[in-house]
Amino acid sequence: MSSRTPFYFAIVALIVIGLFTSWNRHAQNGIPLLPDYDREVWEIEARIEFTALDRPVLASLALPEASQPGFRLIREASSSPDFGMTYQQTPYGRRAEWSKRSALGEQTLFYRAQFLVDPTNQELSPPEYPLTAPKLNLIGPERLAAESLKEAAFSRSSNALSFGRELVKLLNDPNNQNRALLRSRYSQLNILSTLLSEADIPNRLVGVLSLEDGRRRQPIEGMMQLWTGAQWLLFDPASQQFSPLGEVLVWDASIGSLLDVNGGRNSRVSFSMISQDVTPTEAVASVNQASEPWNLSIHSLPLEQQAMFKTIMLIPVGALIVAFLRIMVGLKTSGTFMPILIAMAFVQTELRVGIIGLVVIVGVGLIIRGYLSRLNLLLVARISAVIIAVILMISSFAVLAYHLNLSQGLSITLFPMIILAWTIERMSILWEEDGWREVAMQSAGSLLTAVIVYLAMTNEVIRYLSFNFIGLQLVILAFILMLGNYTGYRLSELTRFYPLGGKS
Amino acid sequence: MQWTKFANPSQLKRRHVLGMNERNIHFIGRYNQRHLYPLVDDKLLTKKIAEKAHLKAPELIGVITTQADIKTIHQLVSHGEGFVLKPAQGSGGKGILVISSQEDGQFIKPSGGALSAADIERHISNTIAGLFSLGGRSDAVIVERLIQCDPLFNRYSFEGVPDIRVIVFKGYPLMAMVRLSTKESDGKANLHQGAVGVGLDLATGKALQAVQFDEVITHHPDTNAALSDLQIPNWREILCLAAQAYEMTQLGYLGTDIVLDATDGPMVLELNARPGLAIQIANGLGLKQRLKHIEKLQQPFYYPSYEQRVDYAMNTLSALK
Repeated sequence: MSSRTPFYFAIVALIVIGLFTSWNRHAQNGIPLLPDYDREVWEIEARIEFTALDRPVLASLALPEASQPGFRLIREASSSPDFGMTYQQTPYGRRAEWSKRSALGEQTLFYRAQFLVDPTNQELSPPEYPLTAPKLNLIGPERLAAESLKEAAFSRSSNALSFGRELVKLLNDPNNQNRALLRSRYSQLNILSTLLSEADIPNRLVGVLSLEDGRRRQPIEGMMQLWTGAQWLLFDPASQQFSPLGEVLVWDASIGSLLDVNGGRNSRVSFSMISQDVTPTEAVASVNQASEPWNLSIHSLPLEQQAMFKTIMLIPVGALIVAFLRIMVGLKTSGTFMPILIAMAFVQTELRVGIIGLVVIVGVGLIIRGYLSRLNLLLVARISAVIIAVILMISSFAVLAYHLNLSQGLSITLFPMIILAWTIERMSILWEEDGWREVAMQSAGSLLTAVIVYLAMTNEVIRYLSFNFIGLQLVILAFILMLGNYTGYRLSELTRFYPLGGKS
Repeated sequence: MQWTKFANPSQLKRRHVLGMNERNIHFIGRYNQRHLYPLVDDKLLTKKIAEKAHLKAPELIGVITTQADIKTIHQLVSHGEGFVLKPAQGSGGKGILVISSQEDGQFIKPSGGALSAADIERHISNTIAGLFSLGGRSDAVIVERLIQCDPLFNRYSFEGVPDIRVIVFKGYPLMAMVRLSTKESDGKANLHQGAVGVGLDLATGKALQAVQFDEVITHHPDTNAALSDLQIPNWREILCLAAQAYEMTQLGYLGTDIVLDATDGPMVLELNARPGLAIQIANGLGLKQRLKHIEKLQQPFYYPSYEQRVDYAMNTLSALK
């Protein structure tokens, strides 16, 4: 048995280093110790990829307006080795232009912007350029249908906004024949935009990004903006509603195209985003931080990787909880990593759907497996059959959920297949050999642990701390090591050994 | 299970109760080297080293290692008597199938249930495919002669052969109990499935107290026999057998399972490198005092023989309360 002194020294060192680096990050970079939504910053990265054709290359990307309702641009930067890069102010908004005399093969360009959430920033200026040119050339019966829709909406409305609302209502009414005629050829967004323009209401089609923390490779969505005379309102064709700006950022209001590439083909642009809590001064001060070569922080990675680490950094928290529940409480779980995996799946599906899905699918899987084992099949074939049955179940679950309009039910498809099949297999073996008692105990233990881990993983403060103060991971490691050194009784053993220690 | 009743931790400590965490860190972690685990985790290996050490163990009828050889089972058991199928790498009694007799091509379990030849073949196939081994590794099936239960135990056991679990620490027998199967445990001697555990006096092999599902009982739930009358015969021989497992495996903290055959006497059935803690409840006594006693014991230059260790245990350890 080697001396334990280095071990205890290591634990103390881990805690000290962890806390010191975290405090340092707070003191030096001004990262608040707790999340602060007034000072939230969205960091958004556009990634442009194309194949250059060995010709002069000019790539032009529409950029978001620096000041828009709810947001303020505090810094922007681009990464584009060997390309010349300029910001252009065009009559239709700002654009970033990358140029190069000659390039060949796959090219990747980055543009990164930081937007401060600023509810006080409410843009009240009207559009600077005419926005009422009709987009569709409607003739014949289509013209008649459009006129009658406009008249119906006009008679039921009093201003630009209510006119827009009534139009949306009519365009959503499946029994309206005028609507059916127009929708058979044109998208709702285009019809709406045209009809508004014909009524002299300024509007524009814009590309927006739904802001969701940790999203990667997100495409831009098309929405429509309408000028009510006092403010811009955003119309979302998916939810069929007008809403003031808030959760979405207007990226491209240029009327023109989002991305133009000359001298390349297969061009595409995708967006990654991440939310951070920083003081505005810190955000401005750290402008060039990311480009410095000696900055080895995880926050210097491309946004796509950072978004991934936001999830990965939660795994140690889950591991700590599992270690605590097993070592101190004595909860029985099937495996150590399993409850963490289930919890991560719950994060994907949301808790209620996740639990119902898990219980239903594992339950039915157990029944199917029980039947298959009576058919005298080889074990490997049986497990494979269970996996296929699980896939079929998940697909029917998704289809059913879709038809019942439960959009959350669809997310069950994200449930890692192997976890489910493996759970079913382990649980049914356990059932055969150790009886339902053990199955009930281990499943209940795993599920309870997974729910607790889920609650921790979705806790805003824990999410915030685990990502913004990476040093705390060392503290978690120290705690886990300390748990590994705990030789006292487990909570469950106090009841188990009651016959030995209850009477005095 | 009594979820409402909590023992006082300091009371447990005063009574030297060993907890799972301390067992794992201080005893298994410190005294059992990992590379020795296969000796006890693989029952085929255990059988080989037991044979080398001239320890009595149930007679091996045969081994089936491949799916293609499954049919050979019928030649192996053509003698028409009872036999036991065991996965070589199973744990916790998983995958053990006991056949007490054969009638017209049917295989009769101790519970009276009958299995067909196809059922037996399927069980073997599952075992080889790794159904009962850790992590689903492919496994081998051991075919053993069925132990004939000592008639002495008829009153105390339901449909199964009782086994005697002895905790051996650094070669010294520390604590013992006998596990009696019940209707609830389905003829199996696993305590967590409902078998009865009876603590045994280290000096005499007499019953101390009995528990089922961690609660103290006085009579066997199925046969109604008073458990306090239980006295294990050949007690010293059993402890000697258990103590020798130390030389055989070099594992410092060990659980040995011993069965009493009606004709051949005590035999080593199985060894366990991570024996459970229920033995403390069955004895109404914590393990820690005896463990610490052996840890502190000054050892002479030559390590005591198993007989010396057994005598020490019977004379000195049994008195430690």
